[in-house]
This record gives sequence, structure tokens and C-alpha cells, in this order.
Amino acid sequence: MAKEEMGEQAASDLSRRDFLRGGATGALTTGLIASVGSPAEASSHGKVLGPGAVSAKLKINGKVRAVEVEPRTTLLDALRNRLDVTGAKRVCDRGTCGACTVLLNGKPVYACSVLAIEAQGQDIVTVEGLGSPGELHPLQAAFIANDAQQCGFCTPGFVVACKAFLDGNPDPTLGEIQKGLGGNLCRCGTYAGIGPAVLEAAKALKGGARNA
Amino acid sequence: MPEYNWPEPSKRRHIGKRTSRLDGPDKTTGHATYSYDVNRPGMLFAKILTCPHAHAKITKLDVSAAKSMAGVKSVRITQDVGTEIQWELDEIVAVAATSEEVADDAIRAIQIEYELLPHFVTEEHKDKAPSSEVAKEESTGDPDAAAAAAEVKIKGFYGIPAISHCCMEPHGQVCEWEGQDQLTAWCSTQAVSGLPGQFADKLEIPTSNVRVITPYMGGGFGSKFSADRWGIDCAEMAKEAQAPVKLFLERNAELAVAGDRPSAYAKIEVGAKKDGTLTYWSSESWGSGGIAGSRGSPPLPYVVEVPNRRQKHISVVTNSATARAWRAPNHPQACFLTMSALEDLAAALKMEPLDFFLKNVGLMGERSDIYESELQKCADLIGWKQRWHPRGEGKGPIKQGLGLALHTWGGRAHNSNCEVTVYPDGNVEAKLGSQDLGTGTKTVIAMVLAETFGLGLDDVKVHIGDSRYPASGGSGGSTTVGGVSSSTRRAALNALAQVFEKVAPGLDAAADQLEIENGAIQVKGTPDRSLSWRKAAARIGPTPITASGKNPGPGKLNDSGVGGVQMADVSVDVETGVVKINQLVAVQDCGLIIDLKTAESQVYGALIMGASYALMEEKILDPVSGRMLNADMEFYKLPGIGDVGKLEVHMMTGERHDKRGVIGLGEPPVISTGAAISNAVANAIGVRVPYLPLTPDRVLDALAKGGAA
Amino acid sequence: MRAFEYASPETREDAVKLLSSKAGETAVLAGGTDLLSLMKDEVVTPARVVNIKSVEGLGGISYDAGSGLRIGPLLKLDDLEADSRVRSDYPSLQQAVDGVRSPQIRTMGTVGGDLCQRPRCWYYRHGFGLLAKWQGKAMVPDGDNRYHAILGAGPAYFVNPSSLAPALIALGARVNILGPKGSRTVDLASFYRAPSREEESENVLAADEIVTDILVPTAAGRKSATYEVREKEALDWPLAAAAVSLQMSGSTVKEARVVLGHVAPTPWISKSAGQALKGKTVSPETAMQAGEAAIAGATPLSRNRYKIQLARVAVKRAVLRATGMEEV
Repeated sequence: MAKEEMGEQAASDLSRRDFLRGGATGALTTGLIASVGSPAEASSHGKVLGPGAVSAKLKINGKVRAVEVEPRTTLLDALRNRLDVTGAKRVCDRGTCGACTVLLNGKPVYACSVLAIEAQGQDIVTVEGLGSPGELHPLQAAFIANDAQQCGFCTPGFVVACKAFLDGNPDPTLGEIQKGLGGNLCRCGTYAGIGPAVLEAAKALKGGARNA
Repeated sequence: MPEYNWPEPSKRRHIGKRTSRLDGPDKTTGHATYSYDVNRPGMLFAKILTCPHAHAKITKLDVSAAKSMAGVKSVRITQDVGTEIQWELDEIVAVAATSEEVADDAIRAIQIEYELLPHFVTEEHKDKAPSSEVAKEESTGDPDAAAAAAEVKIKGFYGIPAISHCCMEPHGQVCEWEGQDQLTAWCSTQAVSGLPGQFADKLEIPTSNVRVITPYMGGGFGSKFSADRWGIDCAEMAKEAQAPVKLFLERNAELAVAGDRPSAYAKIEVGAKKDGTLTYWSSESWGSGGIAGSRGSPPLPYVVEVPNRRQKHISVVTNSATARAWRAPNHPQACFLTMSALEDLAAALKMEPLDFFLKNVGLMGERSDIYESELQKCADLIGWKQRWHPRGEGKGPIKQGLGLALHTWGGRAHNSNCEVTVYPDGNVEAKLGSQDLGTGTKTVIAMVLAETFGLGLDDVKVHIGDSRYPASGGSGGSTTVGGVSSSTRRAALNALAQVFEKVAPGLDAAADQLEIENGAIQVKGTPDRSLSWRKAAARIGPTPITASGKNPGPGKLNDSGVGGVQMADVSVDVETGVVKINQLVAVQDCGLIIDLKTAESQVYGALIMGASYALMEEKILDPVSGRMLNADMEFYKLPGIGDVGKLEVHMMTGERHDKRGVIGLGEPPVISTGAAISNAVANAIGVRVPYLPLTPDRVLDALAKGGAA
Repeated sequence: MRAFEYASPETREDAVKLLSSKAGETAVLAGGTDLLSLMKDEVVTPARVVNIKSVEGLGGISYDAGSGLRIGPLLKLDDLEADSRVRSDYPSLQQAVDGVRSPQIRTMGTVGGDLCQRPRCWYYRHGFGLLAKWQGKAMVPDGDNRYHAILGAGPAYFVNPSSLAPALIALGARVNILGPKGSRTVDLASFYRAPSREEESENVLAADEIVTDILVPTAAGRKSATYEVREKEALDWPLAAAAVSLQMSGSTVKEARVVLGHVAPTPWISKSAGQALKGKTVSPETAMQAGEAAIAGATPLSRNRYKIQLARVAVKRAVLRATGMEEV
């Protein structure tokens, strides 16, 4: 791991711990649960937050953004409804279709099934963080070249899932792609383009193209 | 007036080439803003209280607690006490609030009670249906005599369930008012130009006061032509709250009420001479598209006009939301029913199905010669002659088989208007009140525009997705590409004619002596008397040139009526009943193809959607509660990237197809896939699985029964 | 989703203290892939969610030549599959994770979550309860029961959804459980139960208890495999599954444990299938006999008779896979 990255990791660990100690929280509400000891008894570290909105900080595509969320707000809804980061899509909203896929510390997750407050202190990368229309990530370029999108609503989630897949397997076969991307669904039927797109991107990334 | 034709093949710079869709960079980077992604300042979020029962009367409704909650800005009762609800997840009350969470809490605070009423959701058992009627009954030739004379005859039962559209972007919109009577609605719709009138009618404002915008569109497949009651609710709440409101359906409603394809079941008898010549067809079919019945009937027998035939279709009413046009309405059902029965007959005749269909190609109407060449081409691509075997041969638990089917579709171009502007700096743009559903519409328009002006794709701009642009038809029935390519071509030629008028004097020629060649305007056949496009545009003066074009109009730019053949290669594990697709091959004609790349993508996508309804899709309504049990994407199963096998697409091109002009492609390639896969499974395991989808339970059941339905 | 309080304790003891003894009042959040869906559908409506992701000592995987594997309940499925010891000694576990075909679920989902996830029964998920009642009457027999139980069915008809439990039970796993009164150890085989009343849950975990360790004995001399019948390559639930663990003596089976998944309200331990293999040399015929023994006594509902065949074949194929004799 590079030095800078270590520093960044340590910093994010710290901010996470700060948050958990209540350093970044709003008013504490307790007493919902009669039969449980008060949070103070439970732990000075395990503070109880909510159920109302609390202040949170989310590091999205490299930028830390402050947002008010309730504990029940999912990462996906925080991104889409509160931060106007709409690349990740809400489709099934039950951890099945993959349209909301984002990277959390480099790993692909369904943002609909992560609470926003538990995503604090972690690196969140959405499709917007991989490239832009003027500076496409090789995967995005390969998706276009192979027409791996039609309506395009599943595409952001697919691109992010493919990024994570290639990070773990930079030199895949078509068979491995077909087995390794089982967490995303498309309705228009763009799979015929996605396989070749991932193969092409793998080649481009190995060839020294920008490896974001 | 210019002549409205397509350029000769040798002169085409763009048409017929493979062009990557122009919105690819926006879509792959998350920069494409879909209606669901529109966030307006001060926007409220809406939620709907839906009925959990398939049939019930509302006996109590109290929204006072919801209304008084902090953050709740509008509560709108759609259906009040006394209303009889006819399907599960129908809307009762809509709430708009400052956040989704508050809206959700408000929905929970509504008190509602129902009196349960009996429901019916199992239309396969039509004799138990409380309501059904004959939708169609017709007879041609002498079916009774043909039945008696048929040398080989089979009887079969076949069934295909209702399936959902399951658009990735759910139905919905963001509504925002300016003052009391100006509405802007960002809708996920297939009909940008058609929606303002629907809103205006219900909201009682002038249509010209409604603007519908659809920047990008996350899938429709025939289900998004209506403003819908939830759209009107959204507008009404935005008006009451004096704030923009976003209302999109939850996934369960998207699956259960926002569109499905009617089911179809049929008892079919079909007969032929020993040599395979088809002589006799009789079918009694039935199905349901929910509370409105079957919504038409499958065209039976499909494609093959059996000389002596009789058919009857019964429309069954179920407690389910009304079906909507699902990609090629009624055709996939008709194709599955017909091609299954014909393949069963071929098996009884001990004929190879390819020979059987070629034998009867004369019954396939005016384009039978195209079917013949498509059958041959498809057979070559999949290696049919080398690989086909009689039903049920093969050792071990994994059985392989081949199947085929063929289809037709109309696709006559819709009404479309286009306005083209040529600016003095040479920029060219087109405006159409059309929409791109992911089909490549925007790219096709740009290609036609660039083609006509002899420019590159970077030199032209296309604006669609706004009802303020010239009206263009809704995107349904494969009518769009023919409509927009024609209106764009006409508008562009009309604009070009005006440019010719302006530059002709400088070239010392008459306007009708000019042509576009290699990015320049020149006197016909005289390259040394030419002007570059930029220089020519500079001569139009300070005021841009605008011209419009309309389809239909004079000339021969489009047509209707296409066909296609598909073949499937499957493996079936006869111990588990699991079906795997090895390969699907599609051969498709659609007249003149503008963008070969996105055209092929339409067919690839259709094969995948076809594989999906062949193997997995089914709306499962609970006989006990009447609810849709799989109104989620976990049990409403769609295939993933590893579930569709190897796909091959061949588009029919060349003069025979070119000269017909442009014909739409959205519907046809999805029609045959289910039938071809079902036939391949029958070929693999030796018995017909009478139902789609071909799930393990049905495959094992058919094997256990030895094929008797 | 209803509003809830949220806590993210750092010690096991704090986690337990934050949980209510009353069922349904609090919920434990680990991977989140199941819990958030349950809360969105209001099948569970906890007033407090206790996120245990930051609790120390609940993750990791380690191996000891004497005691075997210790798996922390927070271990991600991906990390379980990648573990070299799992890959070399416990192929049935690796194969079970391989059946979870979503990389997202594998990077989010935990071993503990897989074991404790709630049934996918569509009646349960629609709020009709674990025993699925409609106007006082059991819905499943008259309803759509294509994915329901064929063994041990009634009054519960759901199937246990765990991908790992059959393999772990066949391998003889135990779990350590921590509650307010301290910790206890139970065999994973006894962890699950078929509820007979609506108030009962599908496992023995009290509302204020958490799983702290999953312990798997060494696999010396054992061959194991999992076989799932799935109709999709992409993320999907198996229609039936079987895990086997065979104690071999040369080519002869000394002792066999056969556990079926997705066919009963609990992972279904088939003693008779194990018995059928004991003392035999594995062959397609003996494997099939084990399959036949496993489904003896199955009672199909109106739409799930096919699952008997799937269970039979899953056992056969798992046995053959364990011994390297796979036919397909």
C-alpha cells in the first residue's frame, strides 16, 4: 500500500471512530426501548443515535460531503435524494438487481442495502467517480464501443460492478465474466455487449491506459 | 420541391454503417439525467398508499393524522370510502412530504379498512372465471372437411402466462408548476408529444400550458404511454403544495400494476397431408390481461395461413391491473402457440422442422421469398442440417436440441414532425418531440441529418425529449425509426434546398443544379465549382434557415411489414429439468437500416428478453390472497449475463431490403424467441413442455407425463 | 421503512446490552442484505438497530490443527471463499459460497448473516407470518407453494434459506452464542427449528443473543461437497441443495453426513442417507441410493413435487462431487 493511501486510511478510520463516539452527531434520542439499559450504561462508545436526523459526513468520489440523514436512510437514498448524486439508480431497492452498485472501500456493494450512517469514514465511489463524458474510463469507452447499453438505466451499476470485477481479475475470460457479474440485471438485454466490453477494457487497462 | 429519397448506396456516408450511440458517454458515466434523477429546488417526495387486496371495498378511510404530520404538504385521496378496488396495489391515497421518510411515515399514519370481496386470478382455469366473453370467432375454408381429410393430425394444449414489463426506471414523474396553470412534468414516458394533452384534460388547463420533458428514458417496452393516475396525482399535489413533487412507483407496483402482457392458453388441433402440406387448423384459446379482459386476441394461426382454419378466443377477466402493450402485443403468444403446435405436427409427421416450414413457405404471405432465404440463412448460421436430430435422441442426463420459429410485424411509421435549423456558422440542428427509449433514436436522427448535409456526426445536434419541439408520435409498435428518419430527412432536404437557393447565384448556377458532395456544395458533377459547407452557410445571411419535415409525406422513405426467423440450441438436464441456452441465432429483415450497430443491439436485446420469458418470467398471483407473490426482482426472475448463451444476429441487407425504405425493429425480434426455445427443448427431451416459462418443475412434469398435457 | 434508533457498539458485551430480550424490538445489523429489505417491507420493525460491524473480535478466520476452523460471524462470504484452508480442506463450504452468484452479496454478506437470515417464503415476506395464515387458515397448501418445503412441512412450510448451513452442519460445526447471561455453545444441527407457533422463530437464538464464533472441526480424512440445483447462473436461490461430508477409509465410506438445503424449514439432516452410504464404495448407484433414502417420507404440496426429484439428484451429485466422480 502506498504511503498516501495508508495516511488516508488512517484518517478515515479516525473520522469513523469520532463519529461513533458521537462527535459528529445531532441530539441523541433514547428511550424507545424500555427493556434495554440506557446507552450510557451500555457503553460510552456505543451511543444510540436517532431516530431523528443526524449529521453525517460521506466521502464520495474523493470529496467529503456533509449530509443530514436519519438512521434509516440508505446510502442510495442519501446519494440520490440529498446529495444529487444520481448515477446509482434505484430499481429493485432490495439488493437484487445491481443498479445501485457503488464501491465501498474498493468493494462493490448494493447502496440500497447499506445505511448512509454506516458508510461514514469509508471511500464511496460511484459511477461518476470513474470517469466523465470528456474523460472516459476505459470501461466506459468499451461499453460505448460495444454498445453495452440501451436505455442505460442499469448501465452505471454495471460499469461499477465491472470495475470491481476487473480489479479482482484483470485478465478474465468471457466465461469468468459471465460467472462473475451475476449481481447485476439488465432489462433491455445488453449482455451481448457487456462481455466484449469487459474483455476490451481489460486489454486497454493492461496496455497502460488510465487505471483509475 | 426536393425529391424525398434516400441517397444511393454508393453515396452514403453514415446510413447503414455501425455508429456507436451518441448518448453513450452520458449513459456510461452517470451523467445522463433520467426523469427519476431530476431533483428540483424545494422538491417534495411522494408515496402512495396502495390496496393490499385483489378485490375489496374501502369501508373506512381517515387521513387526518397523516395530514397533520410535520413535513406533509399534500394528501390526496384517489379512491375514497365505498370504492370497490379491483386489483392489488391499486392507489388509494398519495402523500407528498419534505422527504421520502416523512412521506413513508404519513402513509403509515393513514387509517383504512376494507371489506374483502371474492377474487379470481387463475385464468388458466377459465371455467371457474366469474366473467369471460368470446373476443373473436372466425373460420376460413372448410375446417371440418379438412379435419376429416387430414392424413396426420395432432392435438395439443399450450400455455404462456402473463409477464410484467419490469422497466428498470419505474413509472413516474416530477411535476412542477409555474403560477396556477403552467405545468412542467419530467416523465418517464414513451410519448413526449402525446402526454401534455392527457395532463391538460385531467387538470383542466390548456394543453399548451403543459410541457413534458424526457431527457433520458429507462425502459418502457410498451407500458409508458399514459400520464397515469399517479401522474395526475403528482401534478395535483405539486399544485396544492406549490412545490415540485417527485413520484415514482415502488418496484412492487411497477411489477404488479404498471404493465403486463396478457396470458394465453390454447387447445389446438392441426393437420397436414403426409408430405407435410398444412391443411387444417382449429384453436380454442383464452387468456387474460387483468380486469379489462384479454385486450385483443393472439393472431392464430400465426404467419402460416393454413387454408382451412377456425379459431375462437375467449377473454377472461381477472382481478389484476389492466395489461399494457408489451413489445409486439399478442404476437409472442400467437407465435408460441402456433410454432409449438406446428413443431409437434412435424414430429408426428417425422419431418425435420426446417423442411416442414420450407414445405409450407408458400402459406407465409407476400414476403414468403424472404422467409425462405431467412430460414436458409439461419439454418446455415446454427449448423442446423449437420446438427439436428429427431426428438429425444442423446445419451446421458444432458440432452441437446434445436428449435426454430418465425414471426412478422407491421411497424408502419408514425406521424412525425421535425424542424431543422441551419446556422450561418454551419451548425445544423434538428428538433423533434420524440424520445429515445434506448433504441438509438437520437443517434439515427443525427445520422440522417449528417447524411443529408454531408457532414460528420459531430457537426450536427439533435434535440428530442421535449414536448415543445415539433410533435412526433409515441414510441410504440416499432413505428419510431420510420417516422423520425423520414421527417428528419424531409426537413433536412427542405433546409438544404433553401441553402441551395442562397448559394446558387455565387456558383453561377440554378439551385436545382446543386448537390452535396464530400462535405461541400457543388454544381452537379463539377467539383471545381464548389463551396465548402462552412462557406456556403456563411452566405445564408444573419438569420438562420429553418425548415420542417413531416411524415407521412410524399416520397418513398419507409414501409411496413417485416419478418424474421430464429433458431435455438439448448441443453436440458433431464434429471433436474434445468434448461440452458447454448446458442440463439436471429435473422431479421427491417428494410433499410440506418444504424447497423444499434439495430443489431435491438435484436440482441430482444433475444435476451425472449430467453427471459422463455425460461423464467411469470407473474405469480396467489390463488389464496390474490396478491402478486413475486412482485420483486428476486422471484420475478430475469436472466443474468451468464444465462443467455451465445447470441448471433444477422440483419438482412441489400437491394431487396434497401429499396423498401426504413421499417421499425423494436417489436419483431422478441416474438420468436420463446417459441424457438420451447421447440428446442421438445427436440432435446422428446416431449413437449406445454407451458412457458420452461422451469424445472414444468420440464420434469412433462417428462414424467411423457408429453401428455 | 420505519424510523429506528441506531447504535454501533465496539464490544460484544455492549452489543448484547443494546439488544432487547423482547423479540422484534431490536435487530442486529451485519451485512444488511437481508435486514434492510425486511425492514423496507415492514416484515420486521425494530425500534433499534444494532450494527455489529464495528464489534471487535467478531470477524476473521483462523485454523488450528487440533480444533479446526474458527470463523467469525462477520467474515464476509468472499473472504470465506478465498481462504486457502477452506479451499483445500472444506470444498463443500467453498462450493456453497460459489452458489451465491452476486459479488455484491459476497462482499457485503457475512457468514453469520447467512446463517441467521430470515426465510424467503413469499407469504412471510408479504407479512403473513412465518406460518403464513390467511383468515386463520394455512395459506401455503392452497396457495402457490412451488418453492416450499417437501420435508418436515407443517405447520411451517418455508424453507431454510442458508447457503452455508447444510455444509457446516455436515462438517459438524458448532456455534458460540453470547447473551446477557453469558455464552453457550450449540451444535449448528440444533440451532435451527421449525416453529410450531407464530411467536417462535426459526432458530434458537434469543432476541438479545448474538453468534460470536462458528467452529468447524478439522476435516482430516473427510471428503465434502455441496451441490445446488439452480435455474439461473446469476444470483438466485437454489431450488434444492445437498451437502455431504464423508469420512473415508480408502475408497469405502466409513461414516457419512448428508444435509439438504431449501427443502425443509430447517437444514434437513438425513440420517438414512448417511446410513445408505456407510460401508459402501461410492458409485453412481450408491450415490443414487443415498438420494432415494434422503427423500423417503417427503410429502409434496400441490406444486412442489418436482423438488423431491431435485433433492434426490442434489444428494446424488453432491456425493459424486465429493469423491471426484461428477457426471455432469
